[in-house]
Amino acid sequence: MVATLAPEIAPVAFAAAPVPSKKSESRGLGFYYGSYQALKNINMPIYEKKVTALIGPSGCGKSTYLRCFNRMHDLYPGNRYEGDIMLYPDHTNILNPEVDPIEVRMRISMVFQKPNPFPKSVYENVAYGLRVRGERKRALLDEKVEEALRGAALWEEVKNRLDHLAFNLSGGQQQRLCIARALATDPEMLLFDEPTSALDPIATASIEQLLAELKEKVTILIVTHNMQQAARVSDYTAYMYLGELIEFDATDTIFMKPKNKQTEDYITGRFG
Amino acid sequence: MGDAAKVREIRALIAAHKRWDLAFAMLGLLALMVGVLTFVALFGQMIIEGAPRLSWDFFTHFPSRKPDQAGILSAWVGSTLVMIVTAATAVPLGVGAGVYLEEYAPRNWMTDLIEINVTNLAGVPSIVYGLLALGLFVYQFGLGQSILTAGLTLGLLILPVVIVATREAIRGIPAAIREGAYALGASKWQTTSDHILPYSMAGIMTGVIIGMARAIGETAPVITIGALTFIAFLPAAPFTGDPPAGLFDWIMSPFTVMPIQMFNWTSRPEAAFHQNAAAAGLVLVVMTLSMNALAIYIRYRLRKNIKW
Repeated sequence: MVATLAPEIAPVAFAAAPVPSKKSESRGLGFYYGSYQALKNINMPIYEKKVTALIGPSGCGKSTYLRCFNRMHDLYPGNRYEGDIMLYPDHTNILNPEVDPIEVRMRISMVFQKPNPFPKSVYENVAYGLRVRGERKRALLDEKVEEALRGAALWEEVKNRLDHLAFNLSGGQQQRLCIARALATDPEMLLFDEPTSALDPIATASIEQLLAELKEKVTILIVTHNMQQAARVSDYTAYMYLGELIEFDATDTIFMKPKNKQTEDYITGRFG
Repeated sequence: MGDAAKVREIRALIAAHKRWDLAFAMLGLLALMVGVLTFVALFGQMIIEGAPRLSWDFFTHFPSRKPDQAGILSAWVGSTLVMIVTAATAVPLGVGAGVYLEEYAPRNWMTDLIEINVTNLAGVPSIVYGLLALGLFVYQFGLGQSILTAGLTLGLLILPVVIVATREAIRGIPAAIREGAYALGASKWQTTSDHILPYSMAGIMTGVIIGMARAIGETAPVITIGALTFIAFLPAAPFTGDPPAGLFDWIMSPFTVMPIQMFNWTSRPEAAFHQNAAAAGLVLVVMTLSMNALAIYIRYRLRKNIKW
C-alpha cells in the first residue's frame, strides 16, 4: 500500500483518492495483562478521517486494543505492550516508553462506554481539557466550549444551562457532553469504546449521526458490540477474535464478501 | 404426588423458613437493644444527675474547691484548643498519606508493609501514644506539657483513622471518572487536585470528624503527657495582656481538657463534685454527638451533587 504517498492537501483530490492516507498504524502489537496475553501481533492501519470499527465477541480484545491508543493501560500496574503504534504524519511511536502518555492523550481523545461526566457543571466538563492545558482566558474558553458543544450537537439543548450540573442531563445528552469534552481540545483522533451500549435507540441514533459528521474533521476508531452499528457508521471494519486480528477491510467488503470463514460466521450470526 | 399435596408441602416448607426468619430477627433486635439501652441508661443517668448543675456559670467559671462554684471554663477552652491543633496536625498528614498510598505509591512489598503498619497503628493503645509523646514531644523536643504537645499526640492518635477514611473515600470514586480525567491529558496532580480530592472530601471530612470525636474523649495519653488537673487561668488570647501575647502563644500554655476535669471531680469524695462530673460528662457527650451530627451534615451537603 502506498498510503503515505496519497495527497493530503487538496480536499477534492483527497476525496477522489482510492486509498486514503494512514493516520495511525499498529505494527506487531501485542499486549499483556500480567502474564496473560490479551493481544497478539496486530498489524492494522487506521485511515485518516475515516471511521474504523472494531467488532468481535466479548473478550476478543477489541477494547484492550482501543485503550492502547491513549495508553490507558499505563494507569494500572503489570500491563505491558509490545510492538508499535505509529502516529502520522510525524511518525511517533505512541507505545515508546520515552513518549509521555500525557502527550499521547493530548493528541488522542476518548469517549467511554458509560457516560462519565465529572460532577461539575456542563461548562466545566467541556472546558476541563483546556484547563488541563493551562488555558485561563475566559473568552477563549467560552468560544471553545460553544464550538465543542455545537460539534457534539448538544449546544441548542444546553446553551441556557451551562452552569447546571452535568448529572442533570439525560443519558444520551451526557454521552454527547463527553464527546464535546473530548472534542474541545481539537484531537487528531477520537476513540469510542462502545459509546452507545448504555443508551436507548433514539440516543443511539443521534450519536451515530454525530459520528458521520465528526469524521469530516477527525479520525475515529470505535469499538462496538453491535454489528449493524458497525455496518452503518464505519468505513473500515476489523474483526477480532481471541486477541488476534482475523480480518480487516473496507466495511462493505467485510459485510458483503468476507474472505475469512470465521468472519463470515460471525457476521451472519452463526457464531458469537 | 398430587398437586394439592405438593402445594401443602411447599407451604409447610415456607412456614418453617419464616419461623427461622422471625427467630433471627428477634435475636438481632435483642443484640441491638443491649447497645441502645446501655447508652440510653448512661445518658439518662447523666442527665438526671448532671442537668440541674448546667447553667451559664458552669461554663464561665474555673474549677473551685467549692463544688457549687466550680465550672468547666478551663476544660472546654482547653479541649477546643487542643482539638484545633489535633485537626491541624491530622488533616494534612492523614490526607497526604492517604492520597499518596492510593494515587501515587507503586504497588510493591514496601507499600504493602506501610499499609500493614498504618492498619496496625489504629490498634495501638492510646496510652502508648501518651508515652511516646512524653519522651518525644515533652522531653526530646522540649515542647513541655502544652496544648501543642497534646494536639500533636492526639493528632498522631487519630492519624490512622484519617488515612483509612481518606483511602476509603478515594476508592469510592469510580474508575471511569479517574480515567475520564487522565484521558483528557491530566497529570497525576491535576487529576488529584481537580477530581480525586474534591469528590472524596465528604468521606475525608467524615473520617476527620469521627477521629476528632474520639480524640476529644481521650484521657490516658493527655494525663501521661502531664495535663494539669486543676487550672484557674486561660491561655493568653492573641494580642492581649502586657506585654501583648503573640498570635500563637496560647499553643505553649498549660491546659486541662474535659475528660480530665471529669476524672478529677469523680475522684473527690463529696457527692456534689460527682454531680459536676455528670454535668461535665453531659457537655462532653453533647460535644461528641454534635461533631458526629456535623459529620453527617457535611457528608449530606457534599454528596448532594455526586451520584454514583
